[in-house]
Amino acid sequence: MYITVSGNKKEVKNGLTLPELIELENVEMPDYVTVSVNDEFLDADKKAGTVLKDGDNVEFLYFMGGGC
Amino acid sequence: MKKVIIKKQDVEEMISYAREKLPQEACGLIAGSDYGDERVIEKVYYLTNIDASNEHFSLEPKEQLQAVKDMRARGLKPIGNWHSHPESPSRPSQEDKRLAYDSKASYLILSLMEKEAVLNSFHVENGETEKESLEILNR
Repeated sequence: MYITVSGNKKEVKNGLTLPELIELENVEMPDYVTVSVNDEFLDADKKAGTVLKDGDNVEFLYFMGGGC
Repeated sequence: MKKVIIKKQDVEEMISYAREKLPQEACGLIAGSDYGDERVIEKVYYLTNIDASNEHFSLEPKEQLQAVKDMRARGLKPIGNWHSHPESPSRPSQEDKRLAYDSKASYLILSLMEKEAVLNSFHVENGETEKESLEILNR
């Protein structure tokens, strides 16, 4: 199946899970990454159980914040 | 160490926006291109500080996603973020260092504590900060 990751279309195995994609993409510090699938942000507790589907559009966003 | 280049107009707009947001911290993203050791900021994004605080900022995730898509559409690269310090100097705080996850990013900090605003760019890696050379282009 094909999915789009951060704007790039990729062929991946059927039934790829989000944790597998995070590993494939070498996402650093995944605990600090917000994931959206088809523009819907996933709650942190749903990341582990998410199975991707053909045509899904996945984005990884690092939390950005700070102080003063 | 990278030399970061930003247009004077972008700096003026950033200062004006950050002053409008006082007493809260203002924040956003920066996008552009790298040319060897030079990093050119070609677009500044203004995002909501969901902390609505004068001591903290967090970028609004939906706006962050929209900004990243806009960068992609314009052929720009995400190169870091910026935020204001309403009442403190233009240097990374302990919290800024702790939350600077991307060692490839430039972190711009705009201090509004004095009458004249001060903008600096920093590289943060393993909790260590280094001030980057910042050139403001008069065009």
